[in-house]
Amino acid sequence: MQNLVQILVDAVALGSLYALVALAIGLVFGVMRLINFAQADYITIGAFALVVPTASVSPPLLLGALPLAFMVGGVVTVVVLLALATERLAFRPMRGSDPATLLISSFAVSYFLQNLVMMIHSGRPKSVGIGNSLSAAIEIGGIRVPGTQLLTMGVTSVMLVAMVFFLKKTPMGIQMRAAAENFEMARLMGVKANRVIAAAFAISGIMAAAVSLLLVVQTGTLDVRMGLMPVIFAFFATVIGGMGSLPGAALGGFIVGFVIVALQAFLPPDLRAFRDAFVFMLVIGFLLFRPKGLIVNRAARERV
Amino acid sequence: MKTAELPRWQAFVQRHFAVLFIAACLVVFVAVVELFASVLVQRVVTEALIRIVIVVGIYVFTGNSGIISFGSVTFMAVAAYATGWQTCCAMLKPITMSGLPSILRDHTYPVYVSAATSVGLAALLAFITGLILMRLSGLAASISTLAILFILNVTYSNWETVTMGTASMVGLPTYITPWLALAAALLAVLCAWIFQNSARGLLLRASRADEVAAAACGVSLYWSRLIAFTLSGAIMGLAGVLSAHFLGTVSINSYFLNLTFLALAMLVVGGMKSLSGAVVGVIVVSTIIDVFRRIEVGIPVGDVTFSLPPGTQELVLAGVMIIILMFRKDGLMGGQEFRLPVRFLRQHRRSLEAKDT
Repeated sequence: MQNLVQILVDAVALGSLYALVALAIGLVFGVMRLINFAQADYITIGAFALVVPTASVSPPLLLGALPLAFMVGGVVTVVVLLALATERLAFRPMRGSDPATLLISSFAVSYFLQNLVMMIHSGRPKSVGIGNSLSAAIEIGGIRVPGTQLLTMGVTSVMLVAMVFFLKKTPMGIQMRAAAENFEMARLMGVKANRVIAAAFAISGIMAAAVSLLLVVQTGTLDVRMGLMPVIFAFFATVIGGMGSLPGAALGGFIVGFVIVALQAFLPPDLRAFRDAFVFMLVIGFLLFRPKGLIVNRAARERV
Repeated sequence: MKTAELPRWQAFVQRHFAVLFIAACLVVFVAVVELFASVLVQRVVTEALIRIVIVVGIYVFTGNSGIISFGSVTFMAVAAYATGWQTCCAMLKPITMSGLPSILRDHTYPVYVSAATSVGLAALLAFITGLILMRLSGLAASISTLAILFILNVTYSNWETVTMGTASMVGLPTYITPWLALAAALLAVLCAWIFQNSARGLLLRASRADEVAAAACGVSLYWSRLIAFTLSGAIMGLAGVLSAHFLGTVSINSYFLNLTFLALAMLVVGGMKSLSGAVVGVIVVSTIIDVFRRIEVGIPVGDVTFSLPPGTQELVLAGVMIIILMFRKDGLMGGQEFRLPVRFLRQHRRSLEAKDT
């Protein structure tokens, strides 16, 4: 029983992390039909902004040396600026291209950023000691919850709630939902395309910054590919949830997190190494039965 | 009699000019390289020819259907490992890959038999995955091809007793010469050309232009896409066999995202809507890569050596790709095939008319 609760806690923590990444991807997809591979590199660069660029494996801290509030603020600023820069320089000139072209251009942007990080920081994984104090486990009612997991759940739930509030209550959030529903119609109603798209990118940047900080606190390492797997899983989360649906993206994120933790816990030990393969197979199996995902969005359909 | 024959010949050339032109250029190029260039350059050219097979393989599906496939490299890896199991290192195999079935572990097969079976396996796997993936609509299918790539990578990276995990399988016979690579490239180009001009291929290209309209006209997307995906898988398999026997080693991580990116970059630069574009893309990008690789190593200019930091090549490649997507979305070839120059045709026709009258 305790074991089961433990697994549940793990699943919620991982699921909420993926939900965050999936929401960021879903938001940008909603306003411009772009599946953004570069989200992975936003996360990576956010984490690498903590340290001074050197080839060393345990580099001195840069933003990571600042007091907590400034560190978080600094990382968020860096990633948001990066997200806005990619939007302005790479994606805005391609706006209106078909989704396949956009997809491939984001693949190129991602490759560019990844190699840029490798050039500046060298390709080796690095260790960074931030938030060590959080790794101590806290006991709640007989269940040991690592501090990092509590932090993850806390941060992600605050961000998810803030996100819902933003989308439902603020003018910009409502415009964004309108744009996701029908971009042309929203523009005719006076929604400014540039502003709403830039806002979506900025928010995806804030989320990427949060995810990168959480990942660093959890693992204590920096790697040029650290953003890759969360974003790949988040892609599938958005597909499972139904492309273009924001609640679907969050739901898909939780489902993927739950499936991963469940497989990790219940697979026989010699099959555990193949866990991710099983996850992807389940995704494909699921799509066989519901090709359009759980929540079918009107906007996801081919526009005639 | 003579005048009746000539137009037919002329019509044939006119119709299939793209593939004839590509073949002629490649043959001449390889002949020149074979006669005059160093062994090193010959290797670079062989590598480029193998890349033509790769990119044409992706083009057969992606170019005709309009669905970007991130997973085609999977079928390359499958075929590369399959041919490795059949031809590699008879003495070491039972020790390093003890989990292989005895038919593979204790026997070694002739290279052409293994090439054929490996390509067959790749095609079969593409067909089976295609059965599932082709049910999905464009973007979801694209993303799902990525799932195939990850499934194979995770599986082969961890299947220690059969694939040696992430370690390289070494000691494959290296029998790929520039001429053999050329033959494979021409075969791939020919297959792609025949497919895209077949009824199925034309239907698929119609669906690429407008999915809804094509479906409304009764075009079954599913079967057309599935056939293209299978053919693409077979050509990727051929590319896998070539690369395995060119390098003499197989390792799973050389068939992952970097190769996928490189192949897609070539396809985008040349233009993914035409076969000529696919081939041009390979040649242009291979040239860029080779030039920047040399600059990264260092080029002596007078007394100083001019060099760029390592990684420049990748940045330039990504930059070129983005710029092409921005300013010339259909690539260098603009989605067109090579055509016989109109001037030549007009002149020819005039001389024929003169003869008739």
